[in-house]
Amino acid sequence: MTEVLVVVEATREFGVKKVTLELLTLARELGTPAAVVLGGPGAAAALGDRLGEYGAEKIYAAEHEEIDDYLVAPKATVLAELVRRVQPAAVLLASSQEGKEIAARLAVKLDNGVLTDVVGLAADGTATQVAFAGSTIVTSKVTRGLPLVTLRPNSVTPSPAAATPTVEQLDVALGEPDRLARVVERVAEQKGSRPELTEASVVVSGGRGIGNADNFKLVEELADLLGGAVGASRAAVDSGFYPHQFQVGQTGKTVSPQLYVALGISGAIQHRAGMQTSKTIVAVNKDAEAPIFELADFGVVGDLFKVVPQAAEEIRKRR
Amino acid sequence: MNIVVLVKQVPDSGADRNLRGADNTVDRGSANNVINEMDEYAIEEALRIKEAHGGEVTVLTMGPEKAAESIRKALSMGPDKAVHVLDDALHGSCAVATSKVLAAALGQLGADLVLCGAESTDGRVQVMPHMLAERLGIAALTGARKLTVDGGNLTVERQTEEGYEVVAAATPAVVSVWDTINEPRYPSFKGIMAAKKKPVQTLALADLGVAADEVGFAGATSTVLAHSRRPERSGGERVTDDGTGGTRLVEFLATEKFV
Ligand SMILES: Cc1cc2nc3c(=O)[nH]c(=O)nc-3n(C[C@H](O)[C@H](O)[C@H](O)COP(=O)(O)OP(=O)(O)OC[C@H]3O[C@@H](n4cnc5c(N)ncnc54)[C@H](O)[C@@H]3O)c2cc1C
Ligand SMILES: Nc1ncnc2c1ncn2[C@@H]1O[C@H](COP(=O)(O)O)[C@@H](O)[C@H]1O
Repeated sequence: MTEVLVVVEATREFGVKKVTLELLTLARELGTPAAVVLGGPGAAAALGDRLGEYGAEKIYAAEHEEIDDYLVAPKATVLAELVRRVQPAAVLLASSQEGKEIAARLAVKLDNGVLTDVVGLAADGTATQVAFAGSTIVTSKVTRGLPLVTLRPNSVTPSPAAATPTVEQLDVALGEPDRLARVVERVAEQKGSRPELTEASVVVSGGRGIGNADNFKLVEELADLLGGAVGASRAAVDSGFYPHQFQVGQTGKTVSPQLYVALGISGAIQHRAGMQTSKTIVAVNKDAEAPIFELADFGVVGDLFKVVPQAAEEIRKRR
Repeated sequence: MNIVVLVKQVPDSGADRNLRGADNTVDRGSANNVINEMDEYAIEEALRIKEAHGGEVTVLTMGPEKAAESIRKALSMGPDKAVHVLDDALHGSCAVATSKVLAAALGQLGADLVLCGAESTDGRVQVMPHMLAERLGIAALTGARKLTVDGGNLTVERQTEEGYEVVAAATPAVVSVWDTINEPRYPSFKGIMAAKKKPVQTLALADLGVAADEVGFAGATSTVLAHSRRPERSGGERVTDDGTGGTRLVEFLATEKFV
């Protein structure tokens, strides 16, 4: 069977990202999964076991001391060469900022169509996408070149299927065009041990109703009890309650967790844009007319400063 | 510094948006069309750079006739002039083809700095800046929440999932911005009046040396096969807190196996 290239994303702290495991699961239905690790020397060895557990039959190790010193360009160069050589059945990436950026450059290099924010991909290359803030479902297809697709996290349930991958080391050479945008510094902003917002299966978000930055402790506490990530509405971010990278919505992150908890959020259309494909939605709001209740599977009309601490207490009791 | 700002007209994200039944393209006829919100931040950033370092700001839009309204609106904020790429053959263009057209226009304009939004609200694909940089062979600094210009050296703080990165490049470069970078100004009455007289050059595909079959439906690299409305979510159970709201919430979470 033809290879399906999966571009691996990993973090230093947690290793292979969940979305990559989703991609490997999807790739198994389209052909032979081949994972591509792009990183510094030793990157592939560190991730190999995990990639094998989810069915990677092959690992292409594209390693170079400098590959992470520049924004995406060197990665796209290496991938374009690989695609030309192995002629895969498809190239799958995560719909993260980096995934989309690599895909954009690949599309131009290969004169190939590209589909982003895909939530499903059939064996014949037909992709499903959600458009316009989750209100419209679209089926689409790449008509020039191979299916080059970025997958939105939480679209596929990752399932293990052990394989013993062979490793092929790729020659990586950086040219001048790859070195134009230099990463001077990477700063990790602390967020404790919480899962990443877009990948989390539970997200607890706070809005303007939380009142101030200090009160966001309430949101964090509930998130931690549920093993989830913390999100925020734009009003909460604009008021300085919580940092922008946690904003959910049209101009923030799109999340699609199993459970979304909205606390003191009215449910404006631009907020819904980022969360309405969540599996289950619950809301606490003191205004019975708040539009968030139109999509909540369970809603409590009440003061969040009473409801949330009681809920937290109840979860602790049940442990 | 010669700055070009990319401005896209999109249907208002605050209202209901649709695809057209006939050809699966964005319905721009019935929608209330506005400047893609993130692009207003790009315009503001361009104006601030001009104010600090001098130069000229040009707005560049590819879009149908209607997009002219957004161009005037953009000009009323303060840019000097605009270029509108307008051609019937462009209808149905995919991102790859759009980048070909915009890159050709940028090549003619010879910008030192191309500013654009980090993503558009109708497509929200985040691909254009890197596609343009790839075609033009220049740097792309994407997702900026801060931009510093020091002669021909650009430094951005770019937000990432883990925190932020400081990324540097020399001009010419493409920089895309998030809405955290500044607070766009409102057009003044004077600005609105002045915008009416600012030059807007219209370019057709032939002026850019791009063939009609490289764009539009003819040149599309991907196609939308079908679309449908996602079933509306309906509200489920709702209780009014009588002192047991928190407990009942957890009972619900327990039946759904979240606790
Ligand atoms: C182009 C554009 C893009 C946008 N992008 C985004 C985006 O990405 N994300 C986003 O979230 N928004 C976005 N917005 C803003 C959006 O329109 C709303 O303004 C925003 O979502 C409102 O946030 P909120 O629900 O927290 O605040 P509000 O609408 O002010 O709602 C606060 C809610 O808290 C409730 N409340 C107050 N106190 C309590 C209490 N003690 N107990 C219980 N409930 C309480 C109130 O009843 C109210 O319903 C965008 C807007 C535009 C124009
Ligand atoms: N047709 C267009 N005309 C002008 N600018 C555009 C066009 N399409 C995209 N852009 C610019 O590219 C940015 C990112 O768009 P996108 O890649 O579609 O999310 C937008 O915010 C615009 O600044």
